[in-house]
Amino acid sequence: MDFFLQLLVNGVCVGLLYGISAMGFVMIFKSSSVLNFAHGELLALGAFFFLALITWAKLPVLIAFILTLVGCFILGFLIERFFLRPLIGEKLIFVIMLTVGLAAMFKGLILLIWGGNLHTYPDFLPEAMALKLGSIYIAPVYSATLVISVLFLVLFGLFFKKSSQGIYMRSVADNQKAALSLGVHVRRVFALSWAIAALVASMSGIVLGIINGVNVHDLSSIGLKVFPVVILGGLDSIGGAIIGGIIIGLLETFTGGYISPSLRDVVPYIVLVFILLVKPYGLFGLVEIERV
Amino acid sequence: MGEILLQINNISVVYSDVIRVLKGVSLSVEKGHIVSLLGSNGAGKTTTLKAVSSLLKPENGEVTDGEIIFQGKNIQNQAPEHITRQGIIQVLEGRQPFKYLTIEENLRVGTATRAGKPYKQDLEMVYNYFPALVARRKSLAGYCSGGELQMLVIGRALMAHPQLLMLDEPSLGLAPLVVKEIFQIIKKINEDQGATIILVEQNANMALQVAHYGYVMENGKIMMEGTAKELSDNPDVKEFYLGMAASGIAKSYKDVKSYKRRKRWL
Ligand SMILES: Nc1ncnc2c1ncn2[C@@H]1O[C@H](COP(=O)(O)OP(=O)(O)OP(=O)(O)O)[C@@H](O)[C@H]1O
Ligand SMILES: [Mg+2]
Repeated sequence: MDFFLQLLVNGVCVGLLYGISAMGFVMIFKSSSVLNFAHGELLALGAFFFLALITWAKLPVLIAFILTLVGCFILGFLIERFFLRPLIGEKLIFVIMLTVGLAAMFKGLILLIWGGNLHTYPDFLPEAMALKLGSIYIAPVYSATLVISVLFLVLFGLFFKKSSQGIYMRSVADNQKAALSLGVHVRRVFALSWAIAALVASMSGIVLGIINGVNVHDLSSIGLKVFPVVILGGLDSIGGAIIGGIIIGLLETFTGGYISPSLRDVVPYIVLVFILLVKPYGLFGLVEIERV
Repeated sequence: MGEILLQINNISVVYSDVIRVLKGVSLSVEKGHIVSLLGSNGAGKTTTLKAVSSLLKPENGEVTDGEIIFQGKNIQNQAPEHITRQGIIQVLEGRQPFKYLTIEENLRVGTATRAGKPYKQDLEMVYNYFPALVARRKSLAGYCSGGELQMLVIGRALMAHPQLLMLDEPSLGLAPLVVKEIFQIIKKINEDQGATIILVEQNANMALQVAHYGYVMENGKIMMEGTAKELSDNPDVKEFYLGMAASGIAKSYKDVKSYKRRKRWL
């Protein structure tokens, strides 16, 4: 029973990370219909930026964390401005090929600078962050993950529900023509969604780096898990992305714990194939409002 | 004649580089007036509005000839973000709510042209014009009735403080009583705020009741213009748009002898 609960907690934590990173992917898709195949590389870039800041620049952890997030936010903005924007209105396949190209470029860059080996962050999370609930022990990384994930979810919830900018972003995802007719700066919304996507990806990259170590191949393949997550959650639903993330996280940890660690990374894709066969639009996709 | 807010001089609009839809349209809109643009399906009314608001671009359309002058400045083919920020707001045909946003969130999108400025008072103003929206503030627009949605999209446009409000067929698909209510409110908005309004309509009867001036379009050209009174007294308009035909047999427009193409200045 304890083992079960332990896996449950770890699975939820990792799943929240998957969900939050998938949220960035969904956001880009919802606002501009672009599938971002460089998602995993954005994750990896965040993890390596952070690594550089704490090991080379020897910055305090919190400052390095914030700098990485800000840096990736700006990077996302620039990616949209210089790579995606010239392709607005072009065929979708070109845009997708562009993101595949970006993925290769970022990966190459990381390999060039850091190589393909496994790096680790210095151990900076204090043991005091560990939680003990009865007989379950939640390691510091996992409790930190929980705190950060919940914080992000609350912040994003407020941003999208309350702030004007957040509402403009949702309006573009909802009805681009109407948004344009009211003067919403649609290109700025595209840029902002790339920036936010890169920010959340880097956040997940850092935390996953703390959990699994920092390796460009691992991190970019974790980025690929965004596909099972969003297929499960529905490509157009941000809430669905979070639920999808948690389900995939749980599936992985339970498979790893009860069946075999080597099956762990395969399971999400098996699920993906099954779901696509049965419910091609995802389990939790938006219910299309049809009455208008 | 009062101050001219919008002047369209002999514009042509082409879709996809080949489909010529407007063939030399000219019209002028006096400040503070409601100007009605009438015409049957496919006449080019929506295209004319989109030429002004620059919403042609996403549909691969372009103003190829002529000029559009707003407050003394040439504005054709500018980006929609610039047009809206000069105070020109088009309310799209067929109501286009943000389905997954609440009524109030929909209204807030109307503040996009002046982001960051206070908007609470404007919400009050819209709820004053459209009390029916108050009760539905928190519901998703996707679940509202057609009448509520029409009120919503007009209210949403008012949130932008438009100098020129262009309404594309606000009566489309609504019950007569609701249409009446909405037209009364349009009239009221015009009177209270001095808002200049271009009203595109199939429902010529209602439109001419509130408008000061009107144009009749057919096949991408302006065929007739006059004050609302002149138009509603005109026998052709009566026959084709006000449904008061004596014969009851649908004739082609071109068969009407008394019908003269409007002289253009070219
Ligand atoms: N994107 C487009 N590409 C090609 N042709 C178009 C496009 N949009 C409109 N048209 C054509 O332009 C003509 C005028 O269309 P428009 O929508 O301006 O008419 P309308 O007067 O608003 O008609 P309705 O009363 O039916 O709304 C029509 O023949 C239509 O088929
Ligand atoms: Mg039309």
